[in-house]
Amino acid sequence: MISIHVTSVFVDDQEKALDFYTDKLGFEKKTDIPMGEARWLTVVSPAARDGVELLLEPDAHPVARQYKEGLVADGIPATSFAVDDIHAEHERLTGLGVEFTQPPTAMGPVTTAVLDDTCGNLIQLTQLPRA
Amino acid sequence: MADDVFKALADPTRRTILDELSERNGQTLFEICARLTTRHGLGLSRQAISQHLAVLEAAGLVRTRREGRYKFHDLNTEPLEQIATRWLRRDPPPEAP
Repeated sequence: MISIHVTSVFVDDQEKALDFYTDKLGFEKKTDIPMGEARWLTVVSPAARDGVELLLEPDAHPVARQYKEGLVADGIPATSFAVDDIHAEHERLTGLGVEFTQPPTAMGPVTTAVLDDTCGNLIQLTQLPRA
Repeated sequence: MADDVFKALADPTRRTILDELSERNGQTLFEICARLTTRHGLGLSRQAISQHLAVLEAAGLVRTRREGRYKFHDLNTEPLEQIATRWLRRDPPPEAP
C-alpha cells in the first residue's frame, strides 16, 4: 500500500510562508528540521494532524522561480485546499488582508476561489459538494 | 475595425467568453478556462482559449491589464455600441413621410 504523506509548495521565504500558512490560512506547524541553509518545514490541518503534510519548500532553484512566475501570470494555482464554507473563508481572509485573484465562483459541482499566498504562489480554495 | 468585431463575434466560444466576462470583469486566463470547462463543457486547451482572447482583444472587445504579477481580462463593450448606433439607434429621418 502506498500513500501521500507530504506535498509541497515552493516558497520564496520559509519564515514568511510559515506565518502566512499558519496565522492567515490556519494550518499548524508540524515539523521544523534544519537542513543546511533551509529547513524541512511542514504544516498540517488542525482537522487532520496526522494527515498529509504540506512542505514549505524553498524556491532557490532558478527554474522553480520561473515555473512559479509562469503559473501566476496566467492565474494558475500551485495547489488547492478544501474548505467547508468558501464564502466565510473568503470573507475572513479578505479581512486579514489576503488578496484574491478570483472570489468564490461556482464551477460546476464545486465552488472555487484563488488567493495569493504572498510567497510567489496562487492557491485555490475549493468547497466540495456536500456528500 | 468593424470587420474585426464581426469576425470575433462569429465564433460561439468567443461569445461564451464574453458572456462569462459580462458576469464578472477582471478574470485571469485560469478563471476563464475553468468557467468554459466547468460551466459550458468546453474542453479547450489553454492555448486555444488564449488565441480566442487574442482575437477578442484585437477587436477591442476584451482589454487586458497587468496588476503586479497578474494579468486580468476585462470586457469592453464600446465596439458593440457602434453596432447599436448603426442599426438600432439611427437618427430619425429629417422629415417623416
